[in-house]
Formats: sequence, structure tokens, C-alpha cells
Amino acid sequence: MIPTGDRTDVDTVQLLTPSGERLDHPDYSPRIAHLGPDALRGLYRDMVLVRRFDNEATSLQRQGELALWAQCLGQEAAQVGSGRALAPHDYAFPSYREHGVAHTRGIDPTDILRLFRGVDHGGGWDPTERGFHLYTLVIAAHTLHATGYAMGLQRDGLVGTGDPERDSAVITYFGDGATSQGDLNESLVFAAVNNAPLVLFCQNNQWAISEPTTRQSRVPLVKRGEGFGIPSVRVDGNDVLATYAVTAEALDRARSGGGPTFIEAFTYRMGAHTTSDDPTRYRSSAEEEYWRQRDPIERLRRLLVADGELPDTFVAELEAEAEARGEQLRTAVRAMQAPAAAQMFDHVYASPHAVVESERAWFTEYEASFLDAGATDGGTHR
Amino acid sequence: MTGVERMTFGKAINAGLRRCLEQDPKVLLMGEDIGTLGGVFRVTESLQKDFGADRVIDTPLAESGIVGTAIGLALRGYRPVLEIQFDGFIFPAFNQITTQLAKMSYRSRGSLHLPVVIRVPYGGGIGAVEHHSESPEVLFAHTPGLRVIAPASPNDAFVMIQQAVASPDPVMFFEPKARYWDKGDVDLSVTITATDATDAGEAGDPAASTSGTPVAMDRARVARPGTDLTIAAYGATVAMALRAAEAAAAEGISVEVVDLRSISPLDAATLVTSVRKTRRCVVVHEAPVFYGTGGEIAARITEECFYELEAPVLRVGGFHTPYPVNKVEQAYLPNLDRILDAITRSLAY
Repeated sequence: MIPTGDRTDVDTVQLLTPSGERLDHPDYSPRIAHLGPDALRGLYRDMVLVRRFDNEATSLQRQGELALWAQCLGQEAAQVGSGRALAPHDYAFPSYREHGVAHTRGIDPTDILRLFRGVDHGGGWDPTERGFHLYTLVIAAHTLHATGYAMGLQRDGLVGTGDPERDSAVITYFGDGATSQGDLNESLVFAAVNNAPLVLFCQNNQWAISEPTTRQSRVPLVKRGEGFGIPSVRVDGNDVLATYAVTAEALDRARSGGGPTFIEAFTYRMGAHTTSDDPTRYRSSAEEEYWRQRDPIERLRRLLVADGELPDTFVAELEAEAEARGEQLRTAVRAMQAPAAAQMFDHVYASPHAVVESERAWFTEYEASFLDAGATDGGTHR
Repeated sequence: MTGVERMTFGKAINAGLRRCLEQDPKVLLMGEDIGTLGGVFRVTESLQKDFGADRVIDTPLAESGIVGTAIGLALRGYRPVLEIQFDGFIFPAFNQITTQLAKMSYRSRGSLHLPVVIRVPYGGGIGAVEHHSESPEVLFAHTPGLRVIAPASPNDAFVMIQQAVASPDPVMFFEPKARYWDKGDVDLSVTITATDATDAGEAGDPAASTSGTPVAMDRARVARPGTDLTIAAYGATVAMALRAAEAAAAEGISVEVVDLRSISPLDAATLVTSVRKTRRCVVVHEAPVFYGTGGEIAARITEECFYELEAPVLRVGGFHTPYPVNKVEQAYLPNLDRILDAITRSLAY
């Protein structure tokens, strides 16, 4: 079976086959040569923990603890591989499904769920400190912010100095559907003409809710970059090693002043678009089975097992860690309280705005009037 | 630079932008044709030559891209000042302005601020073709998170562009393009930087303008005192309101003109003080009357001055039509006769 949107005439970088065998690539194998057994187990641990978190969140939504959840199930390699290629001083602009990237940036998973529980529009983390921007729900809008941020790095003299502690890059994540948006195309224009230190990381997970990639493009998405004069590469997004290698190369080019790169990570959204979606209405179980055979975690597990580098103790400890984190997450989410209603007036502006302040004052007084009335006449309100 | 100089409205904005570029290395100008050409209205003339192409940036022809990349630059600590070439071309950027720019402070719970200024030459009366004469300010005033201001005089243009750049919030800066060639005295001794941001916001005494401290950008200004009726106007229509007040004076009617300066927030206190005195109010703007600034003012005045009013608040403005062809635009725009007609109707109550 040919997966949706696949085109055999496009080279796809792969360093690890679905059965867990290594492949050599003249350009990209050297990029992972330094990854020894510890590092590989680290990537494995990342992906296992991200999947566990993702499944816990899905369960929490089913239990009514979250309003919505957008799973990253199946995209762990694309996200962990690219995320682990980032330097601490690089900056990432995610869409709303980048839980694996968030994990690599040290974001507390509980903070991600604040948005999905409905107690926060953003998250609990400091974007500047983590080098990881807030999730953006308007498709492709953040790709322009990433481009502008990269233009800022240029002006700050943080590109092409040759100092690895100084040279920085920006990466932005988006999906196959986003490639149809004007903002993504404008990002490609602005990034190209400004030679911005930017990696445009497209996770082609084959589906934009119910629409296959063929409804977005008549050419492989990786070709979108070429028309803008941006070097472009397609990578097997379920291959964590290839994703790491391809992203590392693109980031190096960006940091050294070589400009933007477009990466199409060819992957699959194994879950639903969100917990409100029902994929059985638009795709076949055979297709889902095809991709289950290409599971990103399973192929790294096979490699590690074949190399004798996945001891039972490691597996057991990892399972215990995942279980403990799950327990912690469930407790933390259930403890998340709704903010006070008057907090809706906070931070609309950075400096006081007369309309907001007068409405805040009215609302506060109105709320207080219920307490007063309740105390005096048994709850008759004005 | 000190002293008072007579200059056009457009030159006053140019001088204000120059002051901002001199004072703060993080200030950037971005827009279409603003560099080599100096802008289609020449408002940014010579600035690229003097401050370099990295700070006065000729952007690709993509409004959403201009605003979106400016958001990224602001996240990186820059203070971008954008030029949208004409009012009617702001709509490709509407998504970035309303869903992203306006909400970043809110959704980050105050950890991220976007001090971005969007300059918009707006309004009609210059005989232009379609999409070049519109007044879309209310669409932005209706968006929480944005400040919306419109200067009416060269001096205010010089001061308010500096206040807008100093503001920690996103500011929509509507420039009445038909007034670009009006001349007025500009006090070049006024310099406002981001460290004065609090002064550019809520703080500041409107009365202090006489003592040299500029009026805060969110405060209205009594442009002409009077006793019989208040005209509220801003940006493009203040000059017309002042002419109407002059004509009314010849008939023995004393009209007070309040230059709102800010649409969001709205300085209701200054308006209410005026209307409590005059007991009558006419609002004049070029934008369509339906769901417009005049409607908001009428509601506020009614709530605050119900027992003092002698007449309902009347509105003079554009009709609920697309901006018409320029051969009939003078019939669409508020003019002297229509303002005087509204004054007569108000006084007849």
C-alpha cells in the first residue's frame, strides 16, 4: 500500500529502517556518529515518556478532566529527533501538537495541559527561559513570528560569528495543512529574502483533520521550499536518527549564516486530530495498520535490542518512571483550579486601559454585591 | 533638536519617527516602499538613508508577513513601527493583528509584550481609487488588546507617534492622509522614550499640555471651548469640526470641539465633562455611522448625562455603503453643511 501523499520520486532520508536496521547515508550518517548507546537510549526514553504523557492526556480528556486533547501519537520521532538537535539557546515556535518538542525543551507536561483544561490560554512556562514559544492555534500564524524572531537574531549579531555558544537559530513546527496557508508562504518569502536563520519543520502527518495531503498539494510538500529558493529535504519522520541528523544539519546552516531550510518530516498521525475527531469516518483501518508497522518507537527498540543495548533493568526503570510521571500528572491536573473570574481582566494590556479598568471595577463590585445581598436579605440581587 | 517649527503633518510624523530612531536602537521601521522611495506619501523620506536598510526595512509586498514578522521581532526585543500603505490594504494582516498581536500579552499572562505600532494612512477626500480612502478604525477598537489613536494636528502627530512607539502595547496609529499637507507649529523639544511609557499611557494630566508636558495619548483634548453644543471628532474630521464651530459662531452658537485623539481607550471623562456643560453632542467621523464610534459615544453620554441632555446625541459620518467612487465621495463624507445641519437639529430639541 502506498501511503497517502507519498511520491516515490522524492528522496527520503532514512538512517533506520522500520525493522530496526541501520542505513548509511553519505551526508547524514556523520551527523549521528557521535550518538552512542547512552544517547540512543536517551532518545528511546524521550519517545516512551512522550507517548505515555500523550496517552495519559487522552485518558484525562475521556474522564472529563480536559476540554480537549490533540495527540502527537506516532509523531514522537519527528518531534524528539528535531527537538534534541536544538541547542539550548535556539528558539522553537510550536503549533499545538508539539508535545514531544516541549519535552525536549524541559517544559513541565502539566503546564501544557493548562491550555487543554481551560485554565490558561497559554501555558505555565516562560517562553524566553525555555526557548519554546507558546502553542499557537491559528494555523501557520506562528511561522511568521519565527521568521521575525530569526530576523531579530541576525540584527543581534547572533548568526555566523563562528562561536557555537553564540550562533543561534529558530525552528518552527507546522503540519501539512499549514502549507496551504498564506502565512506559511509569506514566511518562506520573508525567510528567503532575508536569509533568516530559520528551520521550517513540516510534519506531514498525512491528514489535516479529514483532508488528505492531496487536498493541499499536487506535488510532494518538500517541493514547496524549492520555489522560494530554500534548500529542502524530506526525511522519514518516524526515524528519530534521520530526523535528528537532518535537523542538525539545517540548524548548523542557519546558525552559520547559510539561511533557511525547509524540512518535510514524512510521518503519520496515528491518533485522531483531537479527542473531538473520529478518524474512522475518513480513513481505513488498513492504512492505520500500514503505519503501525512503521511505529517510530518500535524501530529504535529493535535497533537497541539487536545491539544488545536495551537491558531489562533499563526497560523496567523506564516503565516505572513513566508510571510515576503519569500518576503525578493525573494528580496535578485534577488539582488545577479555575482562576478567579476577575482574572479575565488581567494582562489584556501591558499598561492600564480605561475601558478594561472600568469594566473590571464594575464586575468586582457586581460580584461583591451578591455577597452583601446574601448577608442582608437572603440573596436578593440587584 | 528644540524649538517650535512650522511643518506639514507628514513631515511632523517623519520628525517623530526620526526622533524615535535616534533615541532607541531597537526601533525599526518596516513597510512597503518606505526605504528608497520614502513611502508613497514620503512620510519616511530620508530615514533609510540616515539609519540604514537594517532599521528602515523595505519589506516584501505582504501585509500579513509584515505584521507577523514584526511580532517575532518584538518578541526578540525590537520595537517595530509598521506602515500599511493604505487603509484598505490592512485586511490581509487582519488575522495577525487580531488573533496574534492583540492577544499575546493576554495569553502569556503578561510575560510577553508586543510594542508594535501600525501606522495606517486612512480616510478619504483625496480623489483616490477603490480601497484607498477607508476608515476601518472601529474594527480595531472593537478588538481588546489594541490601542487605537488618531492625531489631528502636526504637533499631535509628532508627539503621538513617539508616545505610540513608547507604549508597551500594540498601537494602531491612524493618520488622516488628507491632512498630510496641512501645516502647523510643532514643538520639537518634546522627546518621549519607552522609559516614559507610563506617561504615554494612563497617566498624565490633560491640563498639563499648557505647561509643556504632552497630553497622554489616550486622553482627549478640548480643541475649541464653547458652551452650547459639543462636537466630538478625531483625526480626519477635527479640522472640519473646527470650521463648523467657526461658522456656527457667526450665527451666535458657541460650539465646543473635543478632539478625542484616542478611540481605544475612549476618554469618556473629558467628553462627559464637556457635554454636562453644553447638554448637546454631535459626533463626526468619516467611518460609517452604523455600529461606529458615534454609537459608542452616544451610549456612554446617554448613560452618564441622561438628565443633563437637551437632545439625543447625533451622528454625522459615512453611510452603510462601501466607500463610493471618488466623483461622489464629497457627498459621502461629513462636510460643513451636514455638520451644521446636525447642530441645527440638535438645537431644535
